[in-house]
Amino acid sequence: MSAKAESTHKMKFWPGNVVIAEAAAAAGCNFFAGYPITPSSEIAAHLAAILPKKGGHFIQMEDEIAAMGAVIGASLAGAKALTATSGPGLSLKLENLGFGYIVEAPCVVVNVMRGGPSTGLPTHPAQADIMQARWGTHGDHPTIALVPAFHSEMFLETIRAFNLAEQLRMPVLLLIDEVLGHLSDGMIPPEPGSYEIINRTLADGPPEEYKPYDDSKGDVPPFLPYFAGAQWHTTGLNHDETGFPTTNPELVTRHMQRMMRKVTGNRELIDKIDYFMTEDAEVGIIAFGSTARAAMVAVKKAREKGIKAGLLRPLTIWPFPNRQVKEFADQVKALVVPEFNLGQIVYEVERSIRRDIPIKRVNKVGGVPINPGEILAGIEEVA
Amino acid sequence: MSFDYMPYMRENRLPHMWCPGCGIGVVVKSVIRSFEELGWEPKDIAFVSGIGCTSRAPGYLNVNTLHTTHGRAISFATGIKMHRPDKHVVVISGDGDATAIGGNHLIHAARRNIDITVIVNNNNIYGMTGGQYSPTTPLGAKAATAPYGNLEPSFDLAKLLIGAGASYVARGHVGNGRQLAKFIKDGFAHKGFSFIEVVSNCHTQFGRRNKMADPMNMVKWISDRAVPAKKFDEMTEVEQEKHFPVGVLHHDQSRPEYTETYEKLISKLRAEVSA
Amino acid sequence: MSAPVETVSVSEKTGHKIRILEEYCKGCTICVEVCPTDVLKMEPIGTRWQGSVVVTVDADACIACMLCELQCPDFAIIIDRGEKKKKPAPVSEEAAR
Repeated sequence: MSAKAESTHKMKFWPGNVVIAEAAAAAGCNFFAGYPITPSSEIAAHLAAILPKKGGHFIQMEDEIAAMGAVIGASLAGAKALTATSGPGLSLKLENLGFGYIVEAPCVVVNVMRGGPSTGLPTHPAQADIMQARWGTHGDHPTIALVPAFHSEMFLETIRAFNLAEQLRMPVLLLIDEVLGHLSDGMIPPEPGSYEIINRTLADGPPEEYKPYDDSKGDVPPFLPYFAGAQWHTTGLNHDETGFPTTNPELVTRHMQRMMRKVTGNRELIDKIDYFMTEDAEVGIIAFGSTARAAMVAVKKAREKGIKAGLLRPLTIWPFPNRQVKEFADQVKALVVPEFNLGQIVYEVERSIRRDIPIKRVNKVGGVPINPGEILAGIEEVA
Repeated sequence: MSFDYMPYMRENRLPHMWCPGCGIGVVVKSVIRSFEELGWEPKDIAFVSGIGCTSRAPGYLNVNTLHTTHGRAISFATGIKMHRPDKHVVVISGDGDATAIGGNHLIHAARRNIDITVIVNNNNIYGMTGGQYSPTTPLGAKAATAPYGNLEPSFDLAKLLIGAGASYVARGHVGNGRQLAKFIKDGFAHKGFSFIEVVSNCHTQFGRRNKMADPMNMVKWISDRAVPAKKFDEMTEVEQEKHFPVGVLHHDQSRPEYTETYEKLISKLRAEVSA
Repeated sequence: MSAPVETVSVSEKTGHKIRILEEYCKGCTICVEVCPTDVLKMEPIGTRWQGSVVVTVDADACIACMLCELQCPDFAIIIDRGEKKKKPAPVSEEAAR
């Protein structure tokens, strides 16, 4: 499309994967490393085309593990880095993802979820990697995972993912599914300047005195990229503020707790929920991503039938909005939890509500998304 | 007039953690000599490693250092180099880290001909984890997981890397630090993927199980088997089995270097965009 | 952390200095074994590493071949090559006039 034509057509008709790629570029992403995997490959292909035009770097690595490594390496050298994959690829990336957590490398990891486990259903959606996103990599670690449901939301949430990664110096996951990734929808990309771009806080003071994990100024250590004169060290071993390994129990505990506090101590910044028709709801639905779109239709149909249904739709799925879900549960007489898997967030819901009300699970596998009728049936059952 | 290693060292972290007589120390000193001779400033160097005794080396150097996951150093180094193609990126790794779990990244970096230098300290064993056999443990040698003798043939790393497309391949050994420093320096200076195999001694794990517990004995065993490449080629097969060729075994300056190719693409596309 | 103590032995003949940083020496004996002119010896020390550290016993025999430094894995021995003693420069014709 010529430059002139582009400027007169503000409405774009993009598949979700392209939305994410364009949003990453808008956020200032200047490094992508990935590996082909359905249904995420369009993100890589699109960035392969647009990144070099902006002076950014794209590389298709030899495997998913290498892609995660390259992203972290580039991030520590100062890049805003992205990788995109699906379930099997995230499984491979997990070790290096944990490395990203412990060395506190800002980066974004997109998982376009598909049927699993193993090779599963490469060309069909699922929402079954939610627990993996939280607990997949070994050891104690915090997790932020965002779950947009609409195209304009995928754009802004990608930018938010980068912002959170930069602000909190950690990998941030963005989880969509094959339907959202491949569905084309009309959207007008927000004007540059209409959204905030946040970059990592740089350390001040002489580079020779830089401590990469200095916690004296707060839970997020200021950053200096490689080659800035600091010659700092970091390692996947537990380390102290200097970045050198330690087995001292006090120092290890201090580091680990600070890492967790980056998330637990910043809930206001990280949490995001969309409440749909919940003010007077008596039956509460909790759903995210593409399933939430079906849930919205189900809520409207329920209302037509006189059932006061309402939807709590997390946009941040990790950390799980326990408090908000509990408040919602206190208001309603029953919950419905539709998720495109055999049950994952329902366990967080059960854990959060501490109340004995009916929780109707609407679960599905097999690659065909949950439809509004299935959710409506669940609502009617507990209404 | 003496050589001062300390501008490149984090001296407050010495003495280092390697066993008395360990070859890695010799490799590290050769690396430092090469940095100095080329005039590379510490702030412009990134030194990346994986997991193992050899991979502890970057922690002792006063450069930008990254101690990554087992076998994956080259992928992290690739990200650093792609983002900062103007800087010097070096990887140091052991034979297990680089050629077993890391094998895939090794051959692809060579294939791409990306301008990083990979030094493999080949002591034919997994040292840090207690002496298990590696892809370069000689056939028949004893190891913790080969109590009856290793049943697996071993890699010829130089041949592997030449086959993968590395444009500079050299093999040295820890019995000749001066020669090793020359190979390493030429590898650093070469624009393209450089691979230097250093035949090295882990007398604690490999040597002890194979009648060479004394460091100097194992270094002698290595030195005695090292022959210049030309001389090696003239040997009989029987003699060749007891020796290994040393030298710059491959040096091709004609292959395009990967980051340079990518930067040219960026320039071309940006020129088109602004036109 | 202060710099380690150096024991320096100087060859009177050549000015070569053998600098030993005992704190770094792990007693591996490689330097003693590679030295072609028997400059060095291992000295028992009881509590350290393998039980000995290197000492210089014959500095004058040092030919600054550098093998001990090149082959020491521990930065424990550095050779400071001395300037060869020069003959006095011939007096120039001008200065002689």
